[in-house]
Amino acid sequence: MRTFRLAPDNMTFGFMRLRRVSYPFSALMSIISVLMFLAWGLNFGIDFAGGTLLEVRAKSGTADLTQLRGLGDRFALGEVEVQAFGGNADATVRIRLQPGGDAAQQAAVERVREAITSDYEFRRIEVVGPRVSGELVQSGTLGVVLSIVSVLIYLWFRYEWQLAVAAVIATMHDLLLTVGFFAVTRLEFNITSIAAILTIVGLSLNETVVVLDRIREMMKKYKKLPIPQMIDLSINAVLSRTIMTSTTTLLALIALVLFGGHVIQSFSLAMMFGVIVATYSSIFICSPILIYLGVRDAADKG
Amino acid sequence: MLRFARWKVASVLAMSLVSIFLIVPSLLPADLRSAMQKALPKWVPTQAIVLGLDLQGGAHLLLEVDSSDVLRSQVNNLRDDVRRILREENARLSGGIGIQGRTVQFRVPEQADRNRALPKLRALSNPTGSALGVVSAPPYEINEQPDGLVQIVVTDAGVNERVRRAVDQTIEVLRRRVDALGTTEPNIQRQGADRVLVQVPGLQDTNRLKEILGTTAKLEFRMVADPGASPADVDQLDQTDQPGKIGVEKRVMVEGEDLTDAQPSFDQRTGEPVVNFRFNIRGGQRFGEATSANVGRPFAIVLDNKVISAPRILSPITGGSGQISGRFTVEQANNLSILLRAGALPAKLSIVEERTVGPGLGQDSIEAGKRAAYVAGILVFCYMLITYGVFGIFADLALAIHIVMIFAGLVLLQATLTLPGIAGIVLTIGMAVDSNVLIYERIREEARAGRSVVTALDAGFNRAFATIIDSQSTMFVAAVILYFLGSGPVRGFAVSLGLGILTTVVTAVTMTRMMIALWYRFGRPQKLPI
Repeated sequence: MRTFRLAPDNMTFGFMRLRRVSYPFSALMSIISVLMFLAWGLNFGIDFAGGTLLEVRAKSGTADLTQLRGLGDRFALGEVEVQAFGGNADATVRIRLQPGGDAAQQAAVERVREAITSDYEFRRIEVVGPRVSGELVQSGTLGVVLSIVSVLIYLWFRYEWQLAVAAVIATMHDLLLTVGFFAVTRLEFNITSIAAILTIVGLSLNETVVVLDRIREMMKKYKKLPIPQMIDLSINAVLSRTIMTSTTTLLALIALVLFGGHVIQSFSLAMMFGVIVATYSSIFICSPILIYLGVRDAADKG
Repeated sequence: MLRFARWKVASVLAMSLVSIFLIVPSLLPADLRSAMQKALPKWVPTQAIVLGLDLQGGAHLLLEVDSSDVLRSQVNNLRDDVRRILREENARLSGGIGIQGRTVQFRVPEQADRNRALPKLRALSNPTGSALGVVSAPPYEINEQPDGLVQIVVTDAGVNERVRRAVDQTIEVLRRRVDALGTTEPNIQRQGADRVLVQVPGLQDTNRLKEILGTTAKLEFRMVADPGASPADVDQLDQTDQPGKIGVEKRVMVEGEDLTDAQPSFDQRTGEPVVNFRFNIRGGQRFGEATSANVGRPFAIVLDNKVISAPRILSPITGGSGQISGRFTVEQANNLSILLRAGALPAKLSIVEERTVGPGLGQDSIEAGKRAAYVAGILVFCYMLITYGVFGIFADLALAIHIVMIFAGLVLLQATLTLPGIAGIVLTIGMAVDSNVLIYERIREEARAGRSVVTALDAGFNRAFATIIDSQSTMFVAAVILYFLGSGPVRGFAVSLGLGILTTVVTAVTMTRMMIALWYRFGRPQKLPI
């Protein structure tokens, strides 16, 4: 039986040569990510910014977006963001954090609710007060920091320093680009985005570990081979696996983006981006670093 | 490669069977499940998967007890205690008893007076619960100046202890209130030092819930002040049924805590919704005495510092029961009687976070999640099949068991399945085959290097194993961190991701290995199909 595969067997592609393209490309992308992050910031959802999110469905006909937007002026609530989605009957209404603490948020919701309750069904109400959002920012930041620290500890125990450094750089690269992705696409950044980022860190490390494990194996096997060739050999060996796994994961994520509903769409999109970046970096970012770090010494000593 | 210990095969089979067994109840309709729960012995698992509020719809409210309110009433109580003790000891005050922040201060010029009163005041500071051997810091600190100034400061420990008790009391009151709404399985629990989490699944009208939870419901019966009364003894209070303020005496005749029952009803003459209540013995007596002494004067029914109504006392009310009218709607009368029955909150509550999902959206999310899972499953299934042929079927079988095991794990742990949790499961569908891919690719490589079928299989499994453990443990660490940091939906994601990683090792490694061993033993193939 002939089976189908994306990567041909016995591939001997010179990945290391491509670092002259991939490094400037990644550097550019990283710089764009940082600049966009600094210039535009992230589009924080109410989890982190506080405020109110209402998801409403018109009881008959379509949602009147102008009326919904007008609620802001009518009740002096500041800017009210309204977004239609799905059918035209559905819309989300986002009210900014109101000055005046927790009670003010509830008062705002109450006023809006009373004004439109006869025309709309409330499918979701989320109100996050100023203190809770502050705490969520803290725990979200703590989560990202903790995950980075545990990655560092793991790699420190697991690898010689050259490999560990390569893995750290690749993981940071993926993290940076994912943040840039959120900044550029203006996807809402909320608690589930933190979940996406932590999962991407895990995935990125997963890809990296598979490649590095093979490089370490090859290093001991082919002691005479120049480093770039040896790395190319390793990458070609794991390539079909890397492509295979990324494809199945992407297939699952595409299903989530298309059919998983709007509530987790930003999560699914970020994850998709993360899988692609993680695969790319494990091949084009992580491995070439070893050429510069003189990984051979480590193999000889180890 | 080909040999497996019997116990190993048996335990993998048993795990799969138990898992299937565990998820069966979740697939049955709810009424059949509850019938099963009654009919079957206790050890038979009949629990269904717990759905998060984002899937079944419901309200999630995080409430915070107002600590400054607690402190204020604590300081006021302290002042009352001080006044009582000084009076009992006949200690002469110069000036009044002042309150400043968390300090109660007063001046007793005579040394002799101070000597009598101070030991009693110090006794206030004995921590409660010391009799049980619990040593806690004293709630008050007493400073005495040589000029007779005494300052009693509420310590941090004192405030914390009082807040802790207020939260306990709040939880009790809230539970009674939520139960009175007739909802199923509400979850009410303490969160942190001063917060209470209330989760009510399947609730349609969260507005009523918010009203019922957020009201302090401090009921007082006080006399309406005479026009000539000294302003120091009178509070000017708002009225609920008409604009303008009304002067009410500061002295409280009877309080809501002396009520034993309250029921919504209709006034016999006007047909207007009212609340009928009954006092306990002490309350009945006091109310009887007060009304006897004030026939002809109006008294005020005060709820949370607002006058609901101010009826005139036509005759002494000594029967121990009465009626509150206040131009209520039927729902208001219902709510008020629930609040009065459940008792007042010890301090103000504010809603610091609310997440309410309507049942419609919850159902939509379940449908969306299912659809995504089916599509993902089919895509991955086919992809494995066309890439690895017969081995792909083995991986797909393992994948199916893997998904069953995740759900079984959720049932077993009674962990909550949320929408991000479903996303996590869909994601593991994609990632679970990673282990199989690692193994199969390794086998192919070994075969291409010229090894025989058996050695290639053996080497593939053995060499890939270390990498599988490595790569899965990185994901597992991410899941663990998420679990401890996240709450609600995100925690659901962490749980299904973590479970998925654990079960993948069983299914993708051990189970496929057994299947391939079996396949080899029966066919003795000379060539690998991949």
